[in-house]
Amino acid sequence: MKKNFVRAFCAFALASVAFAGSTKVGFVTDVGGIDDKSFNQSTWEGIKRFGQENNLTQGKEIKYLQSTAEADYVPNLSTLADEGMDLVVASGFLFESSMGEVAGKYPKQKFLIIDSVVKDKAGKTLPNVANAVFAEHEGSFLVGVAAGLKAKADKKNMVGFVGGMQFPLIEKFQAGFEQGVHAVNPGCKVLVDYAGTFSDPGKGQALAAKQYGAGAYIVFQAAGGTGNGVIKEAKERTQKGDVRWAIGVDKDQYNDGVYAPGKSAVLTSMMKRVDVAAHDVSAMVRDGKFPGGEVLVFSLKNKGVSIPGTNPNLPADITKKIAEYEAQIASGKLKVSEVPAKQ
Amino acid sequence: MNTRSKLFVPLVAILLGFVLGAAILIATHRSPIDMFYAMLQSVSGKNLRADTFNPRYIGEFVVQSMPIMLTGLSVGFAFRTGLFNIGAEGQLMMGSIAAVGAGLWIQAPPVIHVILVLLAAMLAGGIWGAIPGYFKARFNVHEVVVTIMLNYVALFLNNWAIVEVFKSVDRIKTPPIPPTALLKSDLLAQLTNGSRLNWGFIPVLLSILVYWFIIEKTTFGFSLRAVGFNKDGAQYAGMKVNRNIVSSMVIAGAFAGLAGAVITVGTFSFGRALPAAEGYGFDGIAVALVGGNAAIGVFFSGLLFGMLKAAQPLMQSQGIPKEIASIIQASIVLFIAMKLGIEYLMKKLKPRKAVTEEVES
Repeated sequence: MKKNFVRAFCAFALASVAFAGSTKVGFVTDVGGIDDKSFNQSTWEGIKRFGQENNLTQGKEIKYLQSTAEADYVPNLSTLADEGMDLVVASGFLFESSMGEVAGKYPKQKFLIIDSVVKDKAGKTLPNVANAVFAEHEGSFLVGVAAGLKAKADKKNMVGFVGGMQFPLIEKFQAGFEQGVHAVNPGCKVLVDYAGTFSDPGKGQALAAKQYGAGAYIVFQAAGGTGNGVIKEAKERTQKGDVRWAIGVDKDQYNDGVYAPGKSAVLTSMMKRVDVAAHDVSAMVRDGKFPGGEVLVFSLKNKGVSIPGTNPNLPADITKKIAEYEAQIASGKLKVSEVPAKQ
Repeated sequence: MNTRSKLFVPLVAILLGFVLGAAILIATHRSPIDMFYAMLQSVSGKNLRADTFNPRYIGEFVVQSMPIMLTGLSVGFAFRTGLFNIGAEGQLMMGSIAAVGAGLWIQAPPVIHVILVLLAAMLAGGIWGAIPGYFKARFNVHEVVVTIMLNYVALFLNNWAIVEVFKSVDRIKTPPIPPTALLKSDLLAQLTNGSRLNWGFIPVLLSILVYWFIIEKTTFGFSLRAVGFNKDGAQYAGMKVNRNIVSSMVIAGAFAGLAGAVITVGTFSFGRALPAAEGYGFDGIAVALVGGNAAIGVFFSGLLFGMLKAAQPLMQSQGIPKEIASIIQASIVLFIAMKLGIEYLMKKLKPRKAVTEEVES
């Protein structure tokens, strides 16, 4: 009996799924770690919510593995597959090639990649991988509108954007933001800088200091951990009486910008609901409706990207204007470009 | 006494490191037994609890050990000449860039192509090592400062080259390197249930042999060591100290450059833009220290730290945070640094009987 198990390890791993009643979800972080205040953390929150709804034990039925280097992605994904998780989730386009590699080796394992589309050499999606992507440019357009109107209201004429690494994905944030600003405030200048890293708050703060120093009133950061430095700089300046704003990304970062009771330097946030993607696809697996090979687009229309429900720092007329644009984009009346205009 | 303590101190340090790691786990209400099971599974492939065997873990264990053995050799070699090479990380990245270049631009038959890739990586790493060596020899600029700074230069050079030179479409990875230039092996992957095990272990083992041979068996190695022991003495004895410093850094850089190739054309099959340094160079410092800068020592300590890395997925899956492995690694290095203390304790504790007998007689 025991020896049979030894010989058929893979069979065992798959069989264990069959007699376990609950839906087990495993998550692999990238090098940013589980507490990156960005999409790793958000994804895990979505999985935790799924776990609470279904009474799953954290550490057994839902669990995460953190990666120290890119070389860890493949063994981490493989280990979760070996353990017979029902769904293995990875967040971030950095996982694209490793997910493709592991999905090929475990054709019966269900995978979800967030923020990217895994394709084989022929350019086709894989039947055992669900792909969740976001319309970041649409959400960024809305915070661009907020920045443009807020600058106009306070008689300022310059805003800024700080990105993590300069990839097409992050350029979608920049593109949407610029279009949003210019839609309501055509003369407003938008400074653009890329930090080259997602994990260096010091660098984020330095770039924010540069942009604020040059006269930018509001800076939108799409830079993960690096962006925390942008918020810090806005906080420090505002505290000293030099009022500046930051716009958060991925989650509602209002609380990260709090510098005094009830006061935050975060104007609003471009929420990218990776938690919704992770939660919903987990639920689909539970219900036997795994969208393998499909590309799920999370946009303004299905609230996959949005601004927070409450924005204490935005006056009512601005939120009203944002809602108008939101309706136009969601209905398809207004198209937002994914690519920044060439300077 | 001396040779015995050479082996004894690292073993005690390793033991203490694991004891400390286990103590922290107990203090935070986790089971150290889980940790040891995970480590055992990562080296043997055998899961004692479920009684299953999966050779993929053995393969990944070797994959994790290979680059840090090479960076360990790099740090160790420089150390033998009295130089502290913090720059293995940067030399590794330069090796990686060269490996991508040689892989993409050269066309050659299978085995020859891989060899050219490895040589190109060693050359690039060697050149990157030569720079701090030259500054040290010519202007007496401390190699620690230069190598640390060159790590950043290499990182940004790498990220620039991936996009601008190798024309990455998605800005994070280069086009795939052709199979002729890869160390990958279907046979080894099949043997280990689809792990990433590759032919990289051959250059790694050869490097360990070469290291041993140069250091222990050649006059060149002897004069390098002499410079390490006492620079002025070596100079007085008529050795070319400055030339030795540069050659030592070149060879150290070549080992690290080779590690870059093993990662790029072995573990991966494309060049990668890096958001930050990946720590192979720093792991190399730990490997060299624990291995006593000796070839065989680096081999075993490379396996040890490779195991700590390879056990990560299994340990985390048991709810043991990844930081525990870092704590164990760091505390082993700390205990090694307390070498004198351990030796003193050894002397105090062990032969007490012998001493008292002597006194009585």
